Amino acid sequence: MQKGKIYRISGPVVVAEGIKANMYDVVFVGNEELMGEVTQIKGDKVIIQVYEDTTGLKPGEPVITYNEPLMVELGPGILKSIYDGIQRPLSVLQEMQGDFIKRGAKVNALPRDIKWDFKPLVKVGDYVKGGDIIGEVKETETITHRILVPPGVEGKIKEIKKGKFTVEEVIGVLDNGYELKLMHKWPIRKPRPYIKKLPPEVPLLTGMRILDALFPLAKGGTAAIPGPFGSGKTVTQQSLAKYSDAQVIVYVGCGERGNEMTEVLVEFPELIDPNTSKPLMERTVLIANTSNMPVAAREASVYTGITIAEYYRDQGYDVALMADSTSRWAEAMREISSRLEEMPGEEGYPARLASKLAEFYERAGRVVTLSDEIGSVTVIGAVSPPGGDFSEPVTQNTLRIVKVFWALDAKLASRKHFPAINWLQSYSLYKETLLDWFKEQAGENWDDLINKAMTLLQEEEKLQEIVQLVGSDALPESEQVKLEIAKMVREFFLQQNAFDEVDAYSSVDKTKKLLEIILWFNEQAENLLKKGARAKDIISIKSKNKIIEIRYDKDYAKKIKEVKEAIEEEIKEVEKKLNI
Amino acid sequence: MSFKEYKTIRGIEGPLIFVEKTHAVSYGELVKIRLENGEVKLGQVLDTSKDLVVVQSFEDTTGISLQSSVRFLGDTFKVRVSDEMLGRIFNGRGEVIDGGLDIVRGEKVDILGSAINPYSRTPPADFIQTGISTIDVMHTLVRGQKLPIFSGSGLPHNDLALQIARQAKVKRQEESFAVVFAAMGITHEEAHKFIKEFERTGALERAVIFLNLASDPASERLITPRLALTTAEYLAYEKEMHVLVILTDMTNYAESLREIGAARQEIPGRRGYPGYMYTDFATIYERAGMIKGKKGSVTQMPILTMPGDDITHPIPDLTGYITEGQIVLGRELHRKGIYPPIDVLRGLSRLMNNGIGKGKTREDHKEVYEQLYTAYAEGNDLRGLVAIVGREALSQRDRRFLDFAEAFENKFVKQGLYDDRNIEESLELAWELFSMIPEHELVKLKPETKKKYYKGFKGEE
Repeated sequence: MQKGKIYRISGPVVVAEGIKANMYDVVFVGNEELMGEVTQIKGDKVIIQVYEDTTGLKPGEPVITYNEPLMVELGPGILKSIYDGIQRPLSVLQEMQGDFIKRGAKVNALPRDIKWDFKPLVKVGDYVKGGDIIGEVKETETITHRILVPPGVEGKIKEIKKGKFTVEEVIGVLDNGYELKLMHKWPIRKPRPYIKKLPPEVPLLTGMRILDALFPLAKGGTAAIPGPFGSGKTVTQQSLAKYSDAQVIVYVGCGERGNEMTEVLVEFPELIDPNTSKPLMERTVLIANTSNMPVAAREASVYTGITIAEYYRDQGYDVALMADSTSRWAEAMREISSRLEEMPGEEGYPARLASKLAEFYERAGRVVTLSDEIGSVTVIGAVSPPGGDFSEPVTQNTLRIVKVFWALDAKLASRKHFPAINWLQSYSLYKETLLDWFKEQAGENWDDLINKAMTLLQEEEKLQEIVQLVGSDALPESEQVKLEIAKMVREFFLQQNAFDEVDAYSSVDKTKKLLEIILWFNEQAENLLKKGARAKDIISIKSKNKIIEIRYDKDYAKKIKEVKEAIEEEIKEVEKKLNI
Repeated sequence: MSFKEYKTIRGIEGPLIFVEKTHAVSYGELVKIRLENGEVKLGQVLDTSKDLVVVQSFEDTTGISLQSSVRFLGDTFKVRVSDEMLGRIFNGRGEVIDGGLDIVRGEKVDILGSAINPYSRTPPADFIQTGISTIDVMHTLVRGQKLPIFSGSGLPHNDLALQIARQAKVKRQEESFAVVFAAMGITHEEAHKFIKEFERTGALERAVIFLNLASDPASERLITPRLALTTAEYLAYEKEMHVLVILTDMTNYAESLREIGAARQEIPGRRGYPGYMYTDFATIYERAGMIKGKKGSVTQMPILTMPGDDITHPIPDLTGYITEGQIVLGRELHRKGIYPPIDVLRGLSRLMNNGIGKGKTREDHKEVYEQLYTAYAEGNDLRGLVAIVGREALSQRDRRFLDFAEAFENKFVKQGLYDDRNIEESLELAWELFSMIPEHELVKLKPETKKKYYKGFKGEE
């Protein structure tokens, strides 16, 4: 242990002297032992970012360090928890301190009193190395927690136990004397090792039509959702947390609203995961560092989140991490960097912003784990560009790294088109690599359908420009019909009601069939036109508007049949009327 | 505790005083600065080290010199809170200015407050009736929400704030309701108006007022909202009251933040505002909410004027990212003589869905809101077209929506300063307007809802 003294305090930044520390060592500052991290070393002075409010600290108070980096506890008990940015369980803090968060609390991340039922999967004499699975514990209803040998440890099993243990009790011993436990620690800023990364060939299905069909995300991929306030970032992130087909969800509320985190807390235990039919909370861990909680802990919160995500990946799970919002994280870096009086880069952000963002997103990936399983971490970061201006540094630096861009659009939001994802601005670079999967699962005509829909939407954009000038009546009949079909694609297919029980989640099959019926109607309309019908005859076919009802119907296949029949009926009437 | 007086001021810059050779002074400690003429000013430690302490003065630094002396009080800024504060008026530093006696009873509480543990919160879901149709129906306010008013210079946001303070009530009348009003950087004239209005309508009895005037020092402005919120938290969580906090004008607050940041020679963020403005705003706005197992609540309505009516300006922008929606005042509506000039197309209440519907307001509320929004948006869009092609060129249907938009502004949005409409009245008003549109065009309303409430089509066929 090293001991020194406070030299200077300026907001969350404390300068200490008389202490030998390494970069990113954890230090305890002042008489209350507030937790902090070393971020700079200048001669005999060590500069510390403190995770808690520093009011009342005095120069001369003690500073101590054990020369260890900031670590998280990894073991059973993580899921269903809600942590602050440095993995302190908020429920425990509430018991200790009441309804308001006070400083100086030292609490264990994992409960020490719970005895987990451990089933060993190795036997005495087996040779094990870092990352190997030595046994399992039923952590929640949906997740079996695989107990791993900490990376870097290896040896022959000398002793292995079976039965009920707490996370601190010894469950086995290696021949070199290393004691195995249900829990191990890992530094948050150091990516966990794996054997190799795999190409992104499997989609992370989100249940959102516009995403799965037009801009798909791969398991192990990275995506950014930028958008101005009120455009639905948080609703989109929450929808992803609810319905994406990852097995474990890590939701990092980084510098966002307290009430929103509470909503997640109240809602998730009651919502049912469409993939497992169990409450969503069973697979979720929340990390909440709301905007008014200490800024340095906000900086740490995304690392805490991604380390937990990697840990479940190493157990062979598909993990999705939502970070809402990475802009607040970048701002935390800016704030600390400005307190450190560093030379700023663009808009006051530290010059290392780009490399920090890249490092973070690079921790995503679909990998072969040390135990030869396949696991993945998918990262979806919300970005909150000031004034909705995508040219600002955080958005731009993020876009250089991520492969999927879901652009939220304030205009769409104000037209109440939700999800307000702009179909012309957004893109996915996984479209090609995922195509085989979709073709196999959803049918050979998948890309054909998608391309048709995209073409329609693009043509609509051009036609709209003309309509703005001369009105839609001036367009040729066929183009008027095109506009109507594009509108159907927008309103019946792209729009999705996140607050409707049925519509909130759309399976690949439903997504495809919905698009199919719209494009089927398109074909019918083109036929009618060829036979001499006018655009207004087609637009006035009322039963086509019933397509929207398919979205809200649990038995969508039956509904599609009904709607199709109704439309066919009406088309016949039109043909009769026009004598064609 | 050492109460040594130091005569070691090395320099003064704007509101900042640099003091050398002190004992170990703690961060955030209060400071008294004694001028040569005996006058005493209050300040706070902003940066402390063995060699140099930076003190930020809450008051004007006029008269402070290198010969002035400095005393560190060993404690942070605290305010004495008690229910005696109701009906009283304080300055921006929390001193009584209504001529009455000082507050002596009650505990002294740190004004910085602490973050509510998200685990302790309950999601806000109780409707607050403001008596203003646009807010109640279109941007519903719920207890524990933070819903700002984005205004512009010259718009009647203060009248609106007063009207809300006067009329706001929760459905169950037996619960006690209080208003904490904090004015930052407002003019003497405005302050006078506020006080008079509070006194005249009897609203003062259940209000606590903090006034920081335009002539008061900028650094005091950073204290005022925190005093207000500390008081509000006390009334809400200790005295079980439902407290509405009105903060006006947050733009003045942000200007002070920038002024002090510049004086400290900090690296500025966007448009010269400090890089930590988001976090700073959050420490104010996030002090709203409801706590599990506590009866009271803190609801916030901060008011800010958007410089140049620009909603992307850092002040409204950062606010919008923290608050749960916004009410936007429109200059065009104001020019048309419509009060309150609430532009419903730009506003939003994020927590609205939790607070409306059967048992809370009325079963048709959500549908009515959506239909009003869509119909008004459509009518409003058509206005642009009318300017080009003329009204005559529009179809019958389009003309109906155009007329609807007009009527919506004149009957629904427009209401008197003392016109207190309950939610049923506001919803009925909406249904009257719907009669301008044939039933089949009202697509956002469900058939069963229309059956129950639609009053029949009263326009021309």
